[in-house]
Amino acid sequence: MSAKSLVEEMKRGLDAPICLTWELTYACNLQCVHCLSSSGQRDDRELSTDEAKKVLDDLRDLQVFYINIGGGEPMVRRDFFELLEYSVGNGIGVKFSTNGAFIDEEKAQRLAAMDYLDIQISLDGVDAATNDAVRGEGSHAMAIRAMDNLKAANFGQFKISVVVTRHNVSQLDEFKALADFYGAQLRITRLRPAGRGADTWHELHPTNAQQREIYDWLLKHGENVLTGDSFFHLNAFGEALPGLNMCGAGRVVCLIDPIGDVYACPFVIHDEFKAGNVRDKGGFAKVWKQSDLFLSLREPQSAGACASCGAFDACQGGCMAAKFFTGLPLDGPDPECVGGDADEALSVIARGSAPKPGMDHSKPITLTRKKLPVSASH
Amino acid sequence: MTIALASVLEIHPQVAVRPEAFGALAYHYGNRRLIFLKHPDVVTVVQALHDHPDVQSTLSACGVTQDRWPSFIAALTSLKTSEVVREREITG
Repeated sequence: MSAKSLVEEMKRGLDAPICLTWELTYACNLQCVHCLSSSGQRDDRELSTDEAKKVLDDLRDLQVFYINIGGGEPMVRRDFFELLEYSVGNGIGVKFSTNGAFIDEEKAQRLAAMDYLDIQISLDGVDAATNDAVRGEGSHAMAIRAMDNLKAANFGQFKISVVVTRHNVSQLDEFKALADFYGAQLRITRLRPAGRGADTWHELHPTNAQQREIYDWLLKHGENVLTGDSFFHLNAFGEALPGLNMCGAGRVVCLIDPIGDVYACPFVIHDEFKAGNVRDKGGFAKVWKQSDLFLSLREPQSAGACASCGAFDACQGGCMAAKFFTGLPLDGPDPECVGGDADEALSVIARGSAPKPGMDHSKPITLTRKKLPVSASH
Repeated sequence: MTIALASVLEIHPQVAVRPEAFGALAYHYGNRRLIFLKHPDVVTVVQALHDHPDVQSTLSACGVTQDRWPSFIAALTSLKTSEVVREREITG
């Protein structure tokens, strides 16, 4: 079977997801300006330990091989290690994303002693100024300390996860060198206009010239750098980048959010892309196999305005979430279409008129709080 | 290294195989690789390897006709490279 027909098979959906992201909590010690889930404060409706274990039982029965855990900051949850151990004990490998705040020496050793566990430390600048402008003051030092602790504990190959913005494109070589220094693997992903990122995308997303830079850099280093296949819209430049060249939303990918809602992918937390909830009768399996939304995403999709473009086979029209939250039609070009085919449409969409992300757990603005002599926000 | 009809193989103990419409997905918990088994007959053969003395007897038992053996040898060679299958130690 050729690679192309395999992609066609994948578009019809798999019996279970191969890339399932599960955000354990909306609570977070940071307030990154591009947070996909607008995290900050815990939600009272978040899954309990028992409910979370039941979801893991479902995933085990579906033979899900591994899950990507995120948040919020997942290590904030008191049952974090309990769930980690339960998952791995059930044959479900875990890769979790963290800002590193809670990886002290003792936690690093505990993590290093576990099997089937990958860790992804988020870092959006090799220097504190670049990183902290996006992720918050002190967050660079926090990540470096966590990486030092993991290295000292002989964790092995963790991942350094970078969201590429116009301010760090020029640092890709330095990120690679940093990863090499730690014996880590570099992962770079595309900035999405989701969550708080919907408000900051216009200022942060790479320029057209930088997109070319990313593409060229990935062609040179792609085999050793993870991307979550998130740059497939750049394939329109020519030679395909490594990975599956398709949108996996609802087909091979999905998101479970902290309150159990299941979305088509981690970048579309919005009612329009909500397939169901793990608390519904039939649990996650029924949502994955039978929800109207996922079944419709597995139908052949129209190329729409891109049908006449010679590059459509290469870029597949790009990312559904990026189009949705910038107010573009889903069957047209990606907002970062390298041919510039979305530029005109984007220029006439009034700021603020694109769909708003579905939920917001951001903390109250800290500046206001700092001015108060006594915190009255509790 | 090429697989021969006389090779003695088994699924790698760190690999899980999940059937899908196109064949199956295999996941290697050690190297974290996801591998596609692109034909249901290859899946049947891979899962039967352990129950037969060697590759040839496995292919026969699974009803794979001789004209298809070369393509199965190629598939198994590739699966050995990606550590989905490995040499089985003969015990006893």
